[in-house]
Amino acid sequence: MPTIEDLHRSTDSAVAVSVSTGVVSPVMPRTFTPRKKKKPWKSWLLFLLFAGPNVALLIVFTYKPLLQSLYYSTLQWNLGSASAIPVGLGNYVTWFDDPGTVRVVTVTLIFTIATVGGGMVIGLLFAVLLNRKLHGRGAARTIVVAPYVLSGVAVGLLWLFVFDPNFGITAALLDAIGVASPPWYNDPHWALVMVIIVYLWKNVGYVALIYLAALQSVPRDLLEAASLDGASPVRAFRNIVLPLLGPTTFFLSITTLLSSLQSFDIIQAMTKGGPLEGTTTMMYQIYQEGFQAGRAGYSSAVATILFAVLLVVTLIQMKYVEKRVHY
Amino acid sequence: MATPSRSTTAAAPRRRKPLQLGGYLGLVLAIAIMILPLAWMFLAGFKERDEIYTVPIQWLPEAYDLSNYAAALAAVPFGNFFLNSTITTVIGAGLKMLLGLTTAYAVVFLEFPFKKFVFGLVIFALLVPQQIVMIPNFTLVASLGWINTYQGIIVPGLASAFGTFLFRQHFLTLPISILEAAALDGASHWMRLWRFIVPISAPTIAAVALVSIVSEWNEYLWPLLVVDRSDMMTLPVGLTLLQNNDGVTNWGVLMAGTVLVTVPVLIAFFALQKRIIAGLTAGGVTG
Repeated sequence: MPTIEDLHRSTDSAVAVSVSTGVVSPVMPRTFTPRKKKKPWKSWLLFLLFAGPNVALLIVFTYKPLLQSLYYSTLQWNLGSASAIPVGLGNYVTWFDDPGTVRVVTVTLIFTIATVGGGMVIGLLFAVLLNRKLHGRGAARTIVVAPYVLSGVAVGLLWLFVFDPNFGITAALLDAIGVASPPWYNDPHWALVMVIIVYLWKNVGYVALIYLAALQSVPRDLLEAASLDGASPVRAFRNIVLPLLGPTTFFLSITTLLSSLQSFDIIQAMTKGGPLEGTTTMMYQIYQEGFQAGRAGYSSAVATILFAVLLVVTLIQMKYVEKRVHY
Repeated sequence: MATPSRSTTAAAPRRRKPLQLGGYLGLVLAIAIMILPLAWMFLAGFKERDEIYTVPIQWLPEAYDLSNYAAALAAVPFGNFFLNSTITTVIGAGLKMLLGLTTAYAVVFLEFPFKKFVFGLVIFALLVPQQIVMIPNFTLVASLGWINTYQGIIVPGLASAFGTFLFRQHFLTLPISILEAAALDGASHWMRLWRFIVPISAPTIAAVALVSIVSEWNEYLWPLLVVDRSDMMTLPVGLTLLQNNDGVTNWGVLMAGTVLVTVPVLIAFFALQKRIIAGLTAGGVTG
């Protein structure tokens, strides 16, 4: 089948059709030559009118600031200040030398791995559950996805009350089995566990939803054949379903990584990066340094480091997956 | 490929019962985990102080009175928050959809020498987190005098990257006959977009629009940075204002405020869930 792009090309030149689509060209001229060949610049101008505003916005508010941020990272500059001192790589050196950096990186790694990895595992489990022929699974799917559409701030606040060590649900549940509530608010490690749980609760429905859509497109015949061959459901799942989910897993690994690294609302509402900076991720550090401490140059350096890491990780993901996943 | 017509293995019926039971247990557990915290929030909004600060916890309030809601509304201007959230969401999401549609149309149906590059530019923007560029953007918005304005909240996040991507994917699948009709009709590209492409793409557009409305409504970091006057705050920002207003956390009032922020979205979600879920899934299925 010719794509629309091929078809479109045919409106501008009949030759392009036969070159690009080859096989199906006989149909094309009849359908797509009602008008004389137009001057190309007219189409270019239209293209600029249609796509220009969006591209201009991206340049002004994404690409130009990306470069600016790189430049700011070489300055000792306070937000709002009129003067800045060039310090070269000074901000980077400061960041790598800071004893607190190890903690920030560790917190970021734990938060990211737990939310991305945990989210995919729990999301897949939910999806498998929701894919079974059970009564009420439609309603269950809706309920599982619901938190995903809620404000992160609202979710953070309501869970803060759930985790209240004295008057919350978790305290009551733990009390029922004779365990005292951990100091969710005051201990840096427990606070990190807390924000991870809340992040998972809010976002796992999205992962489940995407996996569910993928599971529903797994051909039934394949599973029936496996079952006839005497394969257990678990083996069939591992050897047939999981490989088929490869592209979905790849898609989710990139999107959930991006959103996990950007998470701000829940941390801001629940812990503000504390206690003892136990929930300060790199992203939260960028906000804190830039807008709380006003150290815009330093903040930009952290932002640049994080963006570089993000780019490298995404590229590796794409390279790695190119080899393993067949679309 | 071997495809058995009907497989009724002997083991299946015997296995089904316990498996079904386990499935229902899992389903109930999953639903409980999702609903309990929301119920807890909802009930707390009605509770008196002594019903909240009590051990063992008390699930149901004695009476469903609205004093916490009155207190929340008195503490911060929720009316303004609603208005501001509505304005920024409607205008922001509306313009974003428009930009996404026109850009996707251009990429699919119009000729341009650097088309691939332009599309790449749009897609690569998906990899740039907002936080990476917030300091330069904040400086720019401040220098334009846009602090505490709607344009300051809306414009920097207006460009459409994901929407463009999804619309492009969709346009590439449109039936050829529609485009034939449009071309024969002699309509301009602008009219082709609105009279032919948009009407037959309505389900996709609705799905993407709903997802974009939800994310505009919940947007927090950027409005937090560019607004410091309470009458210009959006709901999520206003909610943290309420949180910080009380020196000691007053859960009843805070949960009432949280209900005010979440319930409109929950109602909309349950009413439009088919479309919203279609919108959320659209990205994943194409990937």
